[in-house]
Amino acid sequence: MTLFEKAGGMPVLLKRVKIPALLLLGLALLGVAMVAASIGAVSIPLSGIIGGDLTDQQMAVLNSIRLPRVLLAVIVGGALAVSGAAMQGLFRNPLADPGLIGIATSAALAVAMVIVLAGPIAGYFGLYAMSVAAFMGALAACFVIFRFAKLSGTFSVTYMLLTGIAINALSAAGVGFLTFLSDDQQLRTLTFWTMGSLGGALWVSVIVATTIVVPTGLVLIRNARELNVLLLGESEARYLGVDVERLKRRVVICTALSVGAAIAVSGIIGFVGLVVPHLIRLTLGPDHRLLIPASAILGAYCCFSQIPSRGQLLRQRKCRSVS
Amino acid sequence: MIGAENIIYSIGAQRILANVYATFKPGKVTAILGPNGAGKSTLLKCLTGALKPDEGMVSLDGKDLRHYSLTELSRRRAVLSQANPISFPFTAHEIVVMGRNPYSLEKTSASNAEIADEALTLVDAWHLRDRSYPTLSGGEQQRVQFARVLAQIWEQEGACLFLDEPTSALDLKHQHQLMDLVQKLCAEKNLTVIIVMHDLNLAYHCTDHCFFIREGWIRGGGESKKLITADNISEIFDLPMEYATMRFGMELAG
Repeated sequence: MTLFEKAGGMPVLLKRVKIPALLLLGLALLGVAMVAASIGAVSIPLSGIIGGDLTDQQMAVLNSIRLPRVLLAVIVGGALAVSGAAMQGLFRNPLADPGLIGIATSAALAVAMVIVLAGPIAGYFGLYAMSVAAFMGALAACFVIFRFAKLSGTFSVTYMLLTGIAINALSAAGVGFLTFLSDDQQLRTLTFWTMGSLGGALWVSVIVATTIVVPTGLVLIRNARELNVLLLGESEARYLGVDVERLKRRVVICTALSVGAAIAVSGIIGFVGLVVPHLIRLTLGPDHRLLIPASAILGAYCCFSQIPSRGQLLRQRKCRSVS
Repeated sequence: MIGAENIIYSIGAQRILANVYATFKPGKVTAILGPNGAGKSTLLKCLTGALKPDEGMVSLDGKDLRHYSLTELSRRRAVLSQANPISFPFTAHEIVVMGRNPYSLEKTSASNAEIADEALTLVDAWHLRDRSYPTLSGGEQQRVQFARVLAQIWEQEGACLFLDEPTSALDLKHQHQLMDLVQKLCAEKNLTVIIVMHDLNLAYHCTDHCFFIREGWIRGGGESKKLITADNISEIFDLPMEYATMRFGMELAG
C-alpha cells in the first residue's frame, strides 16, 4: 500500500490513515512533552518522569517550573495554530494569520496598555485582565479588517492585507509610545513579554489560558463542517443553509478570545498560526474537521521549540548576573 | 413553483429590475435571456433569496420567500452560480458532499457520500472524484459544482433548480449532456428549473419556456419555440436583422 496518492500533483494522505495519523500525532505529543519536561538547568531523567522516582528537588522543579511551561507551550501553540486555521477558513484566504493581518499586534497593543497604564495587577486577576484586553484588541482589529476589506463592494484580499499591515504599523507605534511612557519595572515586564516567551510560565498562566483556549477550540471544532461549506463562497454557503453571519461572528469571537489568551500569557509568537495549518493541509487535506484538531497538536509541537532556547537564555542571564 | 410579483431592485439611483412579474412552473425548464447587464443574474439572485428586492415579493410554492428559514430553503432550492473559485485543495468528491450540508444532521455521512458519488457519475465526472478541485479545468470544475447542486436536492420532489450560465465553460458534448440531464431530471422529479443563458440555439432546443429581459424590464415570455425568433432576437439584442437570421435563421426557420 502506498501511503500517498497523487491528487492533482499534491500528495494527500489516504483517507483511511487520517484518523490514525491524528491519534499517532497526539500520542507522539505526549512523548515529546515528557522529553521537553526533562530538559533544563536541573537535569531530570526521562526514566524518572515515567517511573515516578524523583528526588524532592526534581519533583519541585517538575511541578512548579517544567510542567506549567510544557503545558503552556501546548496550550499556546495549539491556540495559535487553531486560530490560524480558523482565520484562513473565515477569510477564505491561505495568507490570513493573526500575526500577519494585525490581530496579534493589535492585541499586543491592548496588553501593553494594561501593563503601562493600569499599573501592576498580579495573579489571576491581572492575567484575566490582560487576556480580556488582548481579546478586545483582537476583536477591534477583526472589525476594522472586515470593514476595510469590504470597502470595494466585495471582500478584497488586497484590502485585507493592506489593512492588516496598517494595523501592524500603528500598533507597533503605539507599543513604542507606551514603552517611552513606562517606568523601569514596566519596561522590563513589557520587553520580556513582547519578546514572546513561555519561560515565565506559572500555573496561573496555564489555568487562565486553558479556561479560555479549550472552550473556544471546541466551539471551532463544532463549527468545522460549516467552515468547510463557507470555503465555497459566502452566498453558496447561504444557499446551502449556513447562517453565514452567525458563523462569522462565532469564528471571529473564538479566534479573538483564543489569540488574546495566548498573547496575554506569552507575548507574540509568530509563524505557528500561518504555517502549521498549511502543513496539515498538505498532508491531511483541507477538511476543517480534521484540520483544526490536527493543527492544535502540531501547533503544540512548534511551541516546544521555545523551551530549550528559553533554558539557554536563563543560563546566560544567570552567568551575566554572576559576573 | 416560483412566482415574482412586481419586483423592483435598484443599486443607488440605477434601477436594475423594474416591475418584474413572472411565474415559473414545475416540470418546466425556463430560460432567462437577454443582453449583458440586462438584469438576468440580479433577477436570479432575487428569486433565490440571495438579494432582497426593494419592493415586491417572491414566492416559493405559494409561500413568501422571507418566511422560509435558511435550512428549509436549502432543501427546496439549489443554485449554481457563475464563478466558483476555491483556493483550498478539496477533492471533487468533498466539494460534492458539501452539497449535502442541509441533511448532515439527519442522514449518515455514508449515505451522503453515496449520493455525492451518484451525482458525480450523473454529470460524467466520476473519474475526477479524487482530484484536487483547484487543479481541475474550468469545465470540469463547472461539472463538479453542478453535481454538488444536484446532490443538494437529490431526493426532493418538486424542488427548484437555479442555474446561472451552467454551460459557459463546457465543450459541445458536455453542453448537450448537461442540458439533456436537466430536462430529464426536470420531468422525473417535477423540478422547477430556471436557467440564465446566452446560447440561444441551446435555449431554443432545450428549454420549454423563456423570458426576454432588457434594461430591467421583462420584454416577453412564453414558449421558447415560439418566442425565440429572428425578429425577437434582433430587437432584444440590438442586432441587425441580417445577423439574427444569418446565425439563427437555419435553425429557427421552421
